[in-house]
Amino acid sequence: MDVLALSRLQFAVATYFHFLFVPLTLGLSMLVAIMETMYVRSGDEDYKRMTKFWGKLFLINFAVGIVTGLTLEFQFGTNWSRYSAYVGDIFGSLLAIEATAAFFLESTFIAVWFFGWEKLSKKAHATTIWLVAIASNISAFWILVANAWMQHPVGFVLRNGRAELSDFFAVITQRFAILEFIHTLGGAYLTAGFFVLGISAWHLIRKHETAFFKKSFRVAAAWTLAFALFEIAQGHMNAEILSSSQPTKLAAMEAHWETGRNVPMHLIAWPDAKGERNAVQSLSVPSGLSLLATYSTGGEVKGLKDYPASERPPVLPVFLSFRAMVGLAFVFLAVGLWAWLKRHQIESRSTFLRVLPWLIPLPYLANELGWTIAELGRQPWIVYGLMKTSDAVSPIAVSQVGTSLVAFFLVYALLGAVDFYLLFKFARKGPEAAPAAAK
Amino acid sequence: MFETIWFVIWGVAWAVYFMLDGFDLGLGTLFPFLAKNETEKRILVNAMGPFWDGNEVWLITAGGVTFAAFPRAYAIMFSGLYTPLMLLLFALILRGVAFEFRGKEEGRAWRAIWDTCLVVGSFLPALLLGVAFANIFAGLPLDAAGIFHGNLFTLLNPYGLLGGVLFVLIFAVHGALWLTTRTEGELQARAGRMATSLWWAEAVVAVAFLALTWFSTRLWQNVLAKPLLLILPLLAVAGLLSLRVFAAKGAWWKAWFASSALILGAVLFGVAGLFPNLLPSSLDPAASVTAFNAASSPLTLKIMLGVVLCFLPVVIGYQLWVYLKFRDTLNAESIGKGPAY
Repeated sequence: MDVLALSRLQFAVATYFHFLFVPLTLGLSMLVAIMETMYVRSGDEDYKRMTKFWGKLFLINFAVGIVTGLTLEFQFGTNWSRYSAYVGDIFGSLLAIEATAAFFLESTFIAVWFFGWEKLSKKAHATTIWLVAIASNISAFWILVANAWMQHPVGFVLRNGRAELSDFFAVITQRFAILEFIHTLGGAYLTAGFFVLGISAWHLIRKHETAFFKKSFRVAAAWTLAFALFEIAQGHMNAEILSSSQPTKLAAMEAHWETGRNVPMHLIAWPDAKGERNAVQSLSVPSGLSLLATYSTGGEVKGLKDYPASERPPVLPVFLSFRAMVGLAFVFLAVGLWAWLKRHQIESRSTFLRVLPWLIPLPYLANELGWTIAELGRQPWIVYGLMKTSDAVSPIAVSQVGTSLVAFFLVYALLGAVDFYLLFKFARKGPEAAPAAAK
Repeated sequence: MFETIWFVIWGVAWAVYFMLDGFDLGLGTLFPFLAKNETEKRILVNAMGPFWDGNEVWLITAGGVTFAAFPRAYAIMFSGLYTPLMLLLFALILRGVAFEFRGKEEGRAWRAIWDTCLVVGSFLPALLLGVAFANIFAGLPLDAAGIFHGNLFTLLNPYGLLGGVLFVLIFAVHGALWLTTRTEGELQARAGRMATSLWWAEAVVAVAFLALTWFSTRLWQNVLAKPLLLILPLLAVAGLLSLRVFAAKGAWWKAWFASSALILGAVLFGVAGLFPNLLPSSLDPAASVTAFNAASSPLTLKIMLGVVLCFLPVVIGYQLWVYLKFRDTLNAESIGKGPAY
């Protein structure tokens, strides 16, 4: 493999791995903040125990999310230096704003929250977890604005041999960025919802701390249902915006080859990239794709054959990822709905409770599939229409990237194994005994 | 104008990073020498506990400032110094998780693994950053296209290595002094003795480094050209000397602040001596990466200046509050009852 292939693989490893931890941080910080607020308002010690129990799992997850985030900031310079020099004027600024406006806040107050139980008043303490939750969500905003700029660059001019900022406001308020941000948050909140539902179910089936985990379950059930509904309704907008901003990605997601009007949507299909057609397609909804992408049955949808093969993304993985992600979204909706409907007598629903812990990985999978569509679907561009990935890589040696890639595999395998082991251990252990029971 | 302001912000971000995370890195390096049992180990970890993560963000900010204000410098520095930066990255990753993981299991082997990660993850960044900065002061083998003509071993020249040793010693003293401010009794006395005995090595290496700097770099010549800037090396020397005086009297907080003055003075002396270069080229002065030929557009520099002026004072404010809130003395009892790593 050459430097380009190795660097892409390394970026994929680093990003997939980092994003195993980020969504839970975004979602669980909010849930823990809500739990602590309920404690402050009601004085109910159960909510304090909930805050501490879910907060401990939050911290174990958070630690790896933080350190693997470092990798991403380093990698733009180490492996993608031509990219960094070409677009740093815009992209680098967004990362720097993230550090000063959000990351400082998050990193400083997570420690205050952990160490400050005795040192701060109840209200001040609850404020610190809100600061962490808000800061991590603001952090996501700046990162996703930066990614959205790679997907759909706006507010720049080409000058001095690079892309220079011309309209900051356009960059941070473009519709693509806002949609990407809320879609990512929705996925993150669903991840946290399934996490809390699954672990609560595991304890409920064992009749362990039933009152405690029923309360946790109820908080998470409403949350999960709300964001499952949100994600499906909102996700459609993310696909629709591609018809104008990234037609090659949309065409790959739908395995759509020929530009036309009244384009059907095939519920079953299998793309054949070499033959530039679908080997299989059936169960077609007439004009379905035109309608979804343009809100009109006669709307034109660009096909992949309008673009030279060198400017098309790899069709099959993007197509399959999209199908799987959308399918999962409906599973989330069904589970969220059922959990919410049965929340009051959930301890008697043993089959459902037995299944729930096994569903925890599904939102993680959906998140990673979403990033696969976003990043692989943008290829061969690193900045859509502006810079090819192959022109972005650093002038470094194969041996350097090969060595670091092996090191990433080893170190990340260790971190992943330890972190998941600790999450399992403390999730199974359950909360500390209630003060009355401890006496 | 904006380029100069951003050059100063760039230098200050690094200086503040070294002043703050420097004590974490130093204390982590001295971990096996200062902590004799599990209780003392936990006291050491918790002496850094509430701060290390917020301190590390100053490194992210220094990197972010480089990326945002001088993207070409960021691109050339990070790709040219690929291997040392990857080592730095892995070291910081292992240090970060060591804090969270070490207390999560009781076993001796488990704790030994994460203690090792903490020590290596503290020592290696100190060494690498020292080597990197000394090499930057002396100039990197960069051609006009910004291609780095060398490898990891190019950087391991005597001046670079001396810079690495100097950073390790400065941070070690800084870390030992930090521990004296947060502990009592035997552990505090041991940390104080460690600081005062390491001080001699620190002073000898610092003098040797400053002398070699005259021959290996243009820092002194640049600073002497604007004599007002001499205040920076003087601040460093004053910090170094008063550190010893305060430590001898057991005035630990004052000694730690003196050590901070040494770090700020030394780093800013280096930065001022570099100006306007960010990455001087040892192959051809015309190929040097400067604050002017690597800068972002004026619009970006202006907007980012607004961002920094809005947020950094707030950041400094709440970080200061955290330092004041968590300045109590740690002992076996206090880490036993409250929340602690």
